Amino acid sequence: MGFGARPSGQQQKARDEASGLIKWSRNNRRAITSTLFLIVMLIGFTLANPDVFSQFKTYRSVMIALPVSMFLVVPLVFVVTAGEIDLSFPSVVGLASYAFASIVDQGGDPLMGIATALIVGAALGYLNAILVVRIGLSALVATLGMNFFLRGLINIIVEGFSIAIPEIRGSFIHSLMTDDPIKIVDHLGIPNQMLWALAFTALGVFLYNRHSFGVRVHCVGDNPESAAEMGIDVNRTRTLVFVFTGIGAALAGVFSVMINFVWWPTTGDGLLLPVLAGLFVGGTPTWGGIGTVFGGAIGTSIVAFIETGVIAAGLTGFFTQFFYGLIIILSLIFQRFNGGRVR
Amino acid sequence: MKNGYIIELKNVTKSFGNVNAVDGISFGVQPGEVVGLIGDNGAGKSTLIKILSGVHQPDSGQIIVRGAEVRNWNAARSRESGIETVYQDRALAPQQTITRNIFMGREIKNRFGVIKVKTQYEEANRLMRDIGFTSKVFDPDSPVATLSGGERQGVAIARALYFDADLIVLDEPTTALSLVETAKVFGFVQNVRDRGRSIIFIGHNIYHVYDIADRFVVLDRGKVVMTAGKGEIKSAEVLMKHMQEIAEMAHADAGLGDA
Ligand SMILES: Nc1ncnc2c1ncn2[C@@H]1O[C@H](COP(=O)(O)OP(=O)(O)O)[C@@H](O)[C@H]1O
Ligand SMILES: [Mg+2]
Repeated sequence: MGFGARPSGQQQKARDEASGLIKWSRNNRRAITSTLFLIVMLIGFTLANPDVFSQFKTYRSVMIALPVSMFLVVPLVFVVTAGEIDLSFPSVVGLASYAFASIVDQGGDPLMGIATALIVGAALGYLNAILVVRIGLSALVATLGMNFFLRGLINIIVEGFSIAIPEIRGSFIHSLMTDDPIKIVDHLGIPNQMLWALAFTALGVFLYNRHSFGVRVHCVGDNPESAAEMGIDVNRTRTLVFVFTGIGAALAGVFSVMINFVWWPTTGDGLLLPVLAGLFVGGTPTWGGIGTVFGGAIGTSIVAFIETGVIAAGLTGFFTQFFYGLIIILSLIFQRFNGGRVR
Repeated sequence: MKNGYIIELKNVTKSFGNVNAVDGISFGVQPGEVVGLIGDNGAGKSTLIKILSGVHQPDSGQIIVRGAEVRNWNAARSRESGIETVYQDRALAPQQTITRNIFMGREIKNRFGVIKVKTQYEEANRLMRDIGFTSKVFDPDSPVATLSGGERQGVAIARALYFDADLIVLDEPTTALSLVETAKVFGFVQNVRDRGRSIIFIGHNIYHVYDIADRFVVLDRGKVVMTAGKGEIKSAEVLMKHMQEIAEMAHADAGLGDA
């Protein structure tokens, strides 16, 4: 007697043997789908223009700015898995990196600038959490409002002026974090920021799957009532994902300024759509409860390669948006095979 | 334990808007007893046990755990103090694995919060086999969404059993279960009782509740209208008769209200 019929010993043994790889791929199918999609896309680009895509230089140039998106997409996967959304990150990038750039500009210690940027990012994330979790505003609308509000604040503070910090070049912290892009031509290494972004992604994957924080994020996004009934502090979990996004946005902002040596009042502005596209293309569905951090990193790579690929294929820049749209829709169709919404 | 209760509620109230779901209830559970909590739909049974398990904060009244009044009672504290609840809605996260559901809110982890994934998997596997969970669903990595209603209830019960609680609350655990599965649930209840633990059993089937419980508490519109030990009630039919009287009283009250 039981909740089902007992399988024979033999059946079970066969199942145990087959289960390893099958189970792994079943558990990671969303990330696997987006990885395969990236590979197929790159093969397509290589066929269209073998010269460009057989050179490491091409990949390296993508890896210069891609890390900025990766610092954003990793925490955003947590936010969306928790059943929330944060559209304020472009302006949080802007404001946190403004703090960093102005401290460095005034001769401050870059480390001090980074610490300040992180505090600003975390505080703005917390502010989002107050609006959404405490006051109960819609995350979509409240964070969209925050995005405009914070960008407006930036413009009021700086009145259109940007901050150049060429003095950061050659400093220990700068070479540690970004390696100097001037060396692109004669030095074909992987830029340091890419290594940091990969480490950040690995940390994200670990937190998401193996740490109680990540597991609770899953449960809260899947069924908040159940999570609360089982003693999970749902509000605390939701608050933490917004704070985490603020921290990711601060890191993205610092790296962006380090890479460009300039902070603009628009810094972060262009990131909204590519990062969100990368998030969803990577395999995290919109409805919460499941997602993939690794897939998110892959998704931002897919988006980052589209522009390079379109231009290398001999098409004009006018085609970029067209291909953005095409590839986003195609990849979502592929992800659809990984199952629709349950419940 | 000063008063001999594992947990005791004194004069507890809880309303939702203008519905007084729990309207001044005093109620306690002693070690080793099985309390049958009965009453019509909407009588306030689920609300009462959600106050007990810390999901709802009472509007007024006291909660006394092992003789000491507690403040800031919540679901995590209730679980820490040895109360496990199988909720009417089963409290599962359907897209998550069986393992994650079993350990939801009480993961096996080290002090840095890192989950012992392998231990959890093995414990979930053992637990599911212990309660007779086999066949296609024997894999603790399957998402709960792939399980049948009875199997989902099995996961919810397995979770309550895992933590070896002093008090297990079962809110309508046999609703939508097959006869075999229902018998199985009764087997668990027997098991838990044999180990000297306490149970609150909420059921809509008076005969079931009569068989299982040592003591009956009847709720009607947020109030306790009857408490009786099994010795005072000779058969399930007698209990049924009391229930009918209570329902008629309710009807009469409603009639007066209209007049
Ligand atoms: N979360 C809630 N919000 C609003 N009303 C509720 C809520 N929970 C219960 N109620 C109301 O409280 C009353 C008691 O419900 P409940 O405790 O679920 O009864 P029972 O479990 O005995 O069927 C009902 O009228 C129900 O509609
Ligand atoms: Mg109920």
